[in-house]
Amino acid sequence: MSQLEIKDLHIAIGEKEIVKGFNLTIRQGEVHAIMGPNGTGKSTLAKAIAGHPDYTITSGDVLIDGRSILALEPDERARAGIFLAFQYPSEIPGVSIANFLRGAVQARLAEGDELDATAYYKRLYSKMDLLKIDRKFTSRSVNDGFSGGEKKRCEILQMAMLEPLFSLMDETDSGLDIDALRIVADGVNAMRGPKLGILLITHYQRLLDYIVPDQVHVMWDGRIVKSGDKSLALELESKGYDWVKTELVHA
Amino acid sequence: MKPPSELDTAPPPEVMTDNPVVGIDQTAGNFSYNVDYEFDAGTGLTERTVDYISSVKKEAPWIREFRMNALKTFQSKPMPTHWATRDLENINFDKIRYYLSSGQKPKRTWDEVPDDIKKTFERLGIPEQERKFLAGVEAQFDSEAAYSNIKEIVAKQGVIFANSTEALREHPEIFRKFFGKVIPTGDNKFSALNSAVFSGGSFIYVPKGVKVAQPLQAYFRINAENFGQFERTLIICDEGSEVVYMEGCTAPKFSTSTLHSAVVELVALKGAKIQYITVQNWANNVFNLVTKRGVAHEEAEIKWIDCNIGSRLTMKYPGVVLRGRKARGEVLSIALANDGQHQDTGAKMIHAADETTSNIIAKSISVGQGRSTYRGVVHIPKHLKGCKNNTECDALLINTNSRTDTYPAITVRGDANSVQHEASVSKVSAEQIFYMQQRGLTEAQAMSLSVNGFINDLARQFPMEYSVELKRLIDLEMEGSVG
Repeated sequence: MSQLEIKDLHIAIGEKEIVKGFNLTIRQGEVHAIMGPNGTGKSTLAKAIAGHPDYTITSGDVLIDGRSILALEPDERARAGIFLAFQYPSEIPGVSIANFLRGAVQARLAEGDELDATAYYKRLYSKMDLLKIDRKFTSRSVNDGFSGGEKKRCEILQMAMLEPLFSLMDETDSGLDIDALRIVADGVNAMRGPKLGILLITHYQRLLDYIVPDQVHVMWDGRIVKSGDKSLALELESKGYDWVKTELVHA
Repeated sequence: MKPPSELDTAPPPEVMTDNPVVGIDQTAGNFSYNVDYEFDAGTGLTERTVDYISSVKKEAPWIREFRMNALKTFQSKPMPTHWATRDLENINFDKIRYYLSSGQKPKRTWDEVPDDIKKTFERLGIPEQERKFLAGVEAQFDSEAAYSNIKEIVAKQGVIFANSTEALREHPEIFRKFFGKVIPTGDNKFSALNSAVFSGGSFIYVPKGVKVAQPLQAYFRINAENFGQFERTLIICDEGSEVVYMEGCTAPKFSTSTLHSAVVELVALKGAKIQYITVQNWANNVFNLVTKRGVAHEEAEIKWIDCNIGSRLTMKYPGVVLRGRKARGEVLSIALANDGQHQDTGAKMIHAADETTSNIIAKSISVGQGRSTYRGVVHIPKHLKGCKNNTECDALLINTNSRTDTYPAITVRGDANSVQHEASVSKVSAEQIFYMQQRGLTEAQAMSLSVNGFINDLARQFPMEYSVELKRLIDLEMEGSVG
């Protein structure tokens, strides 16, 4: 079983430190939720682990099965098993989802190996059926002119096709109405299993009604201040983030 | 004529080493073999040069006179630097060789083509393409066609496919009737130059009602240094006929600049259809100054698909004169300007009859310090009714120092016509590249995919073989261009 270890991680944007000593270990099969108010470093954490060039890791380490990934390029980290479901996915005009994913799948093959196109489409269609996505969807350009819900669905489909070890889901629920939220959550639940570890980043408890986490962590000012089971999310919902500020941070 | 200039070379080396893209481009065409030329007009351009060319071709007096008049026009016209780039002043007409050939009669089989020339075309894959999907091929090596062949089945339909030297000898009546009518000598300085020293290029006549099923292709190869290639192409499609013509161009990369200045005239008679496809991948020291125009008669259609990847400076604005009712003109243009390159391209649509329609879609990509310029002319006079034009030009900038300019000139008079113009400039964002990298694509793959996506809707209109080639060329050009 693989594990993703985040050890005493410090992350800065320019000179400003955002994440200040973050520790967490996620094993395949586990779902961890990170909750916290805006600006506390949740998205920074996810992007930095994926290797976004704007974020500098000033100290600490991120390891998959004991091997640090910090020296790897973003694409190497992706191929090592890290998937980031973006809060705001980029549009790629003129590139169909099917072709984009084909390139991404091809990139995971050994050099010189050719993708079996028939097998690829068969797998793509079975994943689309699983996620209840219309066949026409993948001939559209990646995220180009998509609604918020379509963008998130596109992210989930990519995650299903690329079969990462660990998925970092950055504010997956932002900008979604209840119906879209349910569709996305159904997708994540369908993929949930012993082979996938999930880090679910969210601002609201709402998403956790649909995706029930194994553990909930409350993040404040760049680090985890409290961890617990799913009841922690409900407690947080009823007491609000002020409770975190007064009781947890200064405890 | 201008005195010799110190600037008569490709852009300075320090510019070229800044960007790793330069140096790996045009690899496919960057080789040359030593060839002994039997015919050589020497260096520089005078009446004697023109005389020499006309003599070795054993031309009729009218064409010699046509050339001499053109030479005078060329000499009297100023460089168009009042609107075009001053880089034109770096062309040194005195240092160019205007005619080089090993003979004026092309071979009909590849076996007969001299080895050193045959090697070149084999390396470029021309005989293989011919076997696979072409109705006929003409392969021009410097000034003359080394090889020219048309499939028997097509020849039997009465289709003429020859080079201009042959066509002048064997089909003078039809050649003379259309030659120089679409693009007069004095159209611009470079059309005059071509008219004075033209050699090679294709002549095609498609008889009434004949639809040529496979494309005809010409391949233009510059092999010699300090050389000027001036092919002249004339395509006439008689009533109701159809043809697709494709041309490809390469040259090795020399330290001195090379000039390519062609004139291409198309005539589509009533109900005829001509599609003209260019994939230009000249080395980046070639000045590529080409005049291309077609006349579309009643219900005829002319479509230019123009793809410019190579050259130091390209100035080319394919045009259609819509002379007959319901004629249709189209220009689809793709330009890629890398470091040290300026792609100055566009389209001209001259509406001259009712209910004529035209469509221009131009996409340009500027990489590094590359510069792309779009110039368009759309003219619809007041007395016409029911004319339509649609123009879209989109530019993609890869780096922060890349440059693009757009100069559309649209004149639509009267109120019975409609015109639509859209332009956009976009940049490949770091965020977009990161997104693709996060899915496992390398930075270079991500950049290529993004650029290919940008031109995808246009590239799809290319014949299969060419769109694969185009994608490959762009992948090569984009390698290492991020940053």
